[in-house]
Amino acid sequence: MTTTTDTLVPFDEVLERYDPALGLEVHVELNTATKMFCGCPAAFGGEPNTHVCPTCLGLPGSMPVVNRRAVESAIRIGLALNCSIAEWCRFARKNYFYPDMPKNFQTSQYDEPICFDGFMDVDVDGETVRVEIERAHMEEDTGKSTHVGGLTGRIHGADYSLVDYNRAGIPLIEIVTKPIVGAGEKAPAVARAYVSQLRDLIVALGVSEARMDQGNLRADVNLSLAPKGSGTLGTRTETKNVNSFRSVERAVRYEMQRHAGVLDAGGSILQETRHWHEDTGITTSGREKSDAEDYRYFPEPDLVPIAPPREWVEELRGTLPENPTEKRARLQAEWGFSDLEMRDTVGAGALGLVEETIAAGSSPQAARKWWLGELARRANDSGVDLADLGVTPADVARIQALVDEGALNDKLARQVFDGLFAGEGTPDEIVAARGLAIVSDEGALSAAVDAAIAANPDVADKIRDGKVAAAGALIGAVMKEMKGQADAARVRELILDKLS
Amino acid sequence: MSASLSRDEVAHLATLARIDLTEAELDHLAPQLSVILDSVASLQGVASADVPPTSHALPLTNVFREDVVEPCLTPEQALSGAPEQELQRFSVPRILGDEQ
Repeated sequence: MTTTTDTLVPFDEVLERYDPALGLEVHVELNTATKMFCGCPAAFGGEPNTHVCPTCLGLPGSMPVVNRRAVESAIRIGLALNCSIAEWCRFARKNYFYPDMPKNFQTSQYDEPICFDGFMDVDVDGETVRVEIERAHMEEDTGKSTHVGGLTGRIHGADYSLVDYNRAGIPLIEIVTKPIVGAGEKAPAVARAYVSQLRDLIVALGVSEARMDQGNLRADVNLSLAPKGSGTLGTRTETKNVNSFRSVERAVRYEMQRHAGVLDAGGSILQETRHWHEDTGITTSGREKSDAEDYRYFPEPDLVPIAPPREWVEELRGTLPENPTEKRARLQAEWGFSDLEMRDTVGAGALGLVEETIAAGSSPQAARKWWLGELARRANDSGVDLADLGVTPADVARIQALVDEGALNDKLARQVFDGLFAGEGTPDEIVAARGLAIVSDEGALSAAVDAAIAANPDVADKIRDGKVAAAGALIGAVMKEMKGQADAARVRELILDKLS
Repeated sequence: MSASLSRDEVAHLATLARIDLTEAELDHLAPQLSVILDSVASLQGVASADVPPTSHALPLTNVFREDVVEPCLTPEQALSGAPEQELQRFSVPRILGDEQ
């Protein structure tokens, strides 16, 4: 466990004396088939160093070539964020000596980003906050280092490091906000809402898997405090490794309290990188932040400039999805979901799946019930996203239709899902093969009811005396006899008829 | 033209480039680098308003590749030039404080 000796000022007191300024840098890993500058697969994982070639290993004589689809994704993200798209821009080399880039530089954009001057309207507790976007630029991801030796597995104390370059060169879009000032006590909530709604936008654009837990979407939180009412900006820290929406909120709050502790004691904030620790909810000092000039950026000579033709930009604008905030409000009204139901659906990553299930004929509540109940539980048990379960919205809609027809009950429906996971075919094939349909043969049902009454004479007597609640025991016996394949409501009717 | 690079700046650049320079080497190199920089800077005298700044010699833009997977190296090929390797990964000396 990482502990801290930092003095934290209570949150309310921070706000009495200081104004926070926020800045967020979000890296989005694109879901292109190949890397930014070479044809190696950009797929997640793989055996170490199997997705590498001379270009992404930085071998002498290799030359990068830009992935067209990555540029399209960058432009679409920029347009969705209301940015201007540069008529002309170039790549730059960011030079440094950390071995996560085998070239000793990262190919990025510096003075000429492809997208700039945009904004996103963010809903925070029912209030709209406009977050200004400074820029969105293209760059490449770095390799993955594993630190060997030492006590903690972190860098400090490591004896040596092992590097896998599969991730090196995967396209990234870095989205940078302008300083967000005036948020006051809502600064932590604004930060969270921004990252969460930015993720929704990225998902709607379909340009990234956008899973924070897998690092497809990574947030760095910049924070500074200035004396209240001064209208100035203080020295900022940049907190990295913030990998969930909740952590974004907590990291902002923590840094506000920590900065205030330093400033109250007459100290000054060191401009540095901080590491966020999910387990203890604190930040610790990383390295001193290099000045931009220490990276000795210079134009990348191996890549020619990008000058997106305006027709191309307009064509891409035509592919933008409906604004996520408006879309959510529209769907909530159409479906009649409560605020909580809607929030849960969005939070579970089920919005699109529920939408498609409804489009395939299911009622909104039934679609929500399956995806957020049975299927969410199974996804959670297997550690996969709902969308990767192997169950399609059409399957869910069909199963629900069988329930609505009275051919299945919920218990049998769950067995159909078992069949789907086992790859046994379509819902109808599974119902047939497993013999799951509800028995509608009245003769068989009637015989089972008679048998249950005969086997439980005392229960039958109670029901005859008007204690209708006792019928449950007989229904249970009949359902068992019928192996669950009976309509419980019909069984109840039969029992009451026979005993009245 | 006076020295455009100070001795301190040269020392800082040496640190960034991970080059160990002795005091004597700094004394020797700083003025030399200044002369080189000043010589290159004299090109700025030639520039005029009708010559736009350029970073690329080729009159080309928008050179793209389609998003199609191409064959990679095998791990054996990829690691063949590595001085040290372990668990199919490149082994590098321990790193302090420079994490990106």
